[in-house]
Amino acid sequence: MKIGTKKNMLTFGLVLAIYLVVQLLLNMGILDSYIEINMVIIGINIILAVSLNLITGFTGQFSLGHAAFMSIGAYTSGILTAKLGQPFIVGVIAAALTASMAGVIIGIPTLRLKGDYLAIATLGFGEIVRIIGLNNDYIGGAIGLNDIPQYTNWTWLYFSVVLTIFIISNFIKSYHGRACIAIREDEIAAEAMGVNTAYYKTLAFVIGAFFAGIAGALHANYFYFIKPDSFGFMKSIDILVIVVFGGLGSITGSVVGAVALSILSTLLQGIPELRMVIYAVVLFLIMVYRPQGLMGDRELKLFKKVGVVNGNASSK
Amino acid sequence: MEMLVVNNLHKSFGGVKAVTNINMKIEEGQIVGLIGPNGAGKTTFFNLLTGIYSPSSGEIVYRLKQEVSSCSFKPDKMVKYGVSRTFQNIRLFKEMTVLENVLIGYHNNFKYNLFTSLFRLPSYYKDEENAYEEVIQLLKRFNLYDKKDHLAKSLPYGEQRKVEICRALASKPKLLLLDEPAAGMNPQETKELTQLIKWIRDEYDLTIILIEHDMSLVMELCENIFVFNHGTLLAKGTPKEIQHDPRVIKAYLGGE
Amino acid sequence: MEQVIQQVVNGVSLGSIYALIALGYTMVYGIIKLINFAHGDIYMIGAYVGFALTTFFNFGFFPALIVSMLVTSILGIIIEKVAYKPLRNSTRIAALITAISVSMFLQYGLMYFVTPQTRTYPEVLPNVQLKLFGTNAVIDLKNIYILIVTLVLMVVLQYVIHRTKVGKAMRAVALDGDASQLMGIDINKTISYTFAIGSALAGAAGVLVGVYYNTINPLMGSVPGLKAFIAAVIGGIGIIPGAVFGGFFLGIVETGVSALGGSLYKDAVAFVILILVLLIKPNGLFGSNQKEKV
Repeated sequence: MKIGTKKNMLTFGLVLAIYLVVQLLLNMGILDSYIEINMVIIGINIILAVSLNLITGFTGQFSLGHAAFMSIGAYTSGILTAKLGQPFIVGVIAAALTASMAGVIIGIPTLRLKGDYLAIATLGFGEIVRIIGLNNDYIGGAIGLNDIPQYTNWTWLYFSVVLTIFIISNFIKSYHGRACIAIREDEIAAEAMGVNTAYYKTLAFVIGAFFAGIAGALHANYFYFIKPDSFGFMKSIDILVIVVFGGLGSITGSVVGAVALSILSTLLQGIPELRMVIYAVVLFLIMVYRPQGLMGDRELKLFKKVGVVNGNASSK
Repeated sequence: MEMLVVNNLHKSFGGVKAVTNINMKIEEGQIVGLIGPNGAGKTTFFNLLTGIYSPSSGEIVYRLKQEVSSCSFKPDKMVKYGVSRTFQNIRLFKEMTVLENVLIGYHNNFKYNLFTSLFRLPSYYKDEENAYEEVIQLLKRFNLYDKKDHLAKSLPYGEQRKVEICRALASKPKLLLLDEPAAGMNPQETKELTQLIKWIRDEYDLTIILIEHDMSLVMELCENIFVFNHGTLLAKGTPKEIQHDPRVIKAYLGGE
Repeated sequence: MEQVIQQVVNGVSLGSIYALIALGYTMVYGIIKLINFAHGDIYMIGAYVGFALTTFFNFGFFPALIVSMLVTSILGIIIEKVAYKPLRNSTRIAALITAISVSMFLQYGLMYFVTPQTRTYPEVLPNVQLKLFGTNAVIDLKNIYILIVTLVLMVVLQYVIHRTKVGKAMRAVALDGDASQLMGIDINKTISYTFAIGSALAGAAGVLVGVYYNTINPLMGSVPGLKAFIAAVIGGIGIIPGAVFGGFFLGIVETGVSALGGSLYKDAVAFVILILVLLIKPNGLFGSNQKEKV
């Protein structure tokens, strides 16, 4: 069965067209720097949300430490580009690799912990990373790391987002990804069917951390300046909220959620005193009225399915 | 040939002896029944057979795809050794479709690696297609093809049991362990299931061990029966022998 | 030696605070399996109520303590009824995010009214210092008050939980909600009591902290809240003596680490202990291991 090569070509064309149009608009100055900043924030949030969705939404491993992976990536790229004068590509790749190494480390507790206990352990991991950052003078301690060259541009941002979505959705639709979903559904049954649960849980953390590391690099090399407190517990919560709002187990949901909540957050900046209060109320209302998120675990389809192997029950 | 040998198997939890002194030999190609009152240790024995528990002492040896003993059992390795199972209280992946459930059973038969899956190299498509076709064949034989895109949780109970058997078969086992396959079925469904199990054994050339309380099914299907009571083996034999064994009658009916 | 005694005194005071907050965490988790992230903020509100009473109304220490406990217990009941009850049957993640949203609401809502600036508690207790065992280690009257208040509250809590009808209902619901409902226990009422008691203890901790450290601010609840949660996990969440042990243990370890020059890392040490405990004994030092039945 050939799997919709025509569909793939269409998608590819569309992806390229969006890139070119936006690049053109940026060049012509129609999209100003204010919009550009927001596009960067949205793009980074998409990467963070999609990668956390792999860990929490698809594999069912409750993580409150995703910002720590971002932080490790941001500092890796920041140090390499600002202090050691390396090109951005080196920074991004190293950021992804160091973050995924941290993913292995945090993946190990998941072999023993579940649910709330895992959430607390990952929270602890995130705080430990932050505190180490605060006390390390080489990277600026609490003051932060300054003068990071601004390398992140539309091209880097856009293709990082596309790569994240491409790789993670490919992963999900392979037998590896199905094994992860099976672990979420019933770990004991998955094991009995031959799924090496330890391997897949760690793998989910490694892949998720990999992309969070890239998001960190994009962040560091756009905003010039990073400090440990930008990647604390609240940042992890923000990412989790995007994922839950979009729908656990829905990649398109994470994308839509990232766009919606980033815009909400920007709008609320107009009223700084009440910003967090309103955010809290919005969160609460979402949890009460739409706890399954915008998309549930369904995906938004651009094109009609042409004999997809993993026909999931989106019709139901 | 014997494909399963159990020697002096013991399992205790804290001070409670769940299974004691089990010795058993099972021939290839048989359908074997494990019966006994609730709490007799049958499911614990299944969990020992599938590596979910490890024995306190004693040993289990399989001679299936290779010879392995219980010291190297791990739940996720059993499929590789040729052992697959179903669960007493159905454990399907509820939010996945029937097709996806059975594809998980096929998990260890996939060959493409992680890199291939991330970038969809040609072998991804080839392998997925093969899997898809085999699984579809399996679903058709179980009359589940029409339901392949339904979520597992939406199926009626009897069909969920069938999906679970299907999922176990997708791993291409040599030994199939069924934990109370007829629980919750009506007499008509039980009758169909009886035929189905017989057919599975012949079609796929398997050995089957089943735990069951429905005596009509056990007596009709099984060539050999082991009776558990208080964690020990009370009796073993053909259905006829078991039916007339005074110890068994006493254990089931009580009294003198 | 002096140094050690001094640090134990300080550690016990800090530990008392952690223990009081940890009790509320553990009770709430035991009964509705929710990590009540807003619990640290209830403690913060308690500190502010105590501040307002002592500063503007010239309340003494004990009246302020008791009124703060009353106010926070009512707040706890309201939070449960308004925020958590609608989500009682939803997923763990939804409940957790709700708890976080309540926490943010309390922090920033209060900040809107009282501004983010730090406030200073008035001196409500006489400043008396005693030398211990003829050494130079000093124990402040405040230390003694904190310890005594904490111990009294714990004795009362033990009494309530083991000797009263409400306490028995709480234990029954924690073990099996459905079964206790069938036995005629009013679950909603029991949960309300749990929140009331837990929040009152947190409110007491808030006043004690204000009196002991003098300064309070609207975000003061988040770190001690997390620490208290760690304390609850160390002892085994849902287990009351475990929370008390965890609180004192963490308090003493933290002051010890600070005294040895690691004050910058004291928060990290708490989290390292947390992760180690989770890995070695996931159900806490006082908990028993349970395996999922197959």
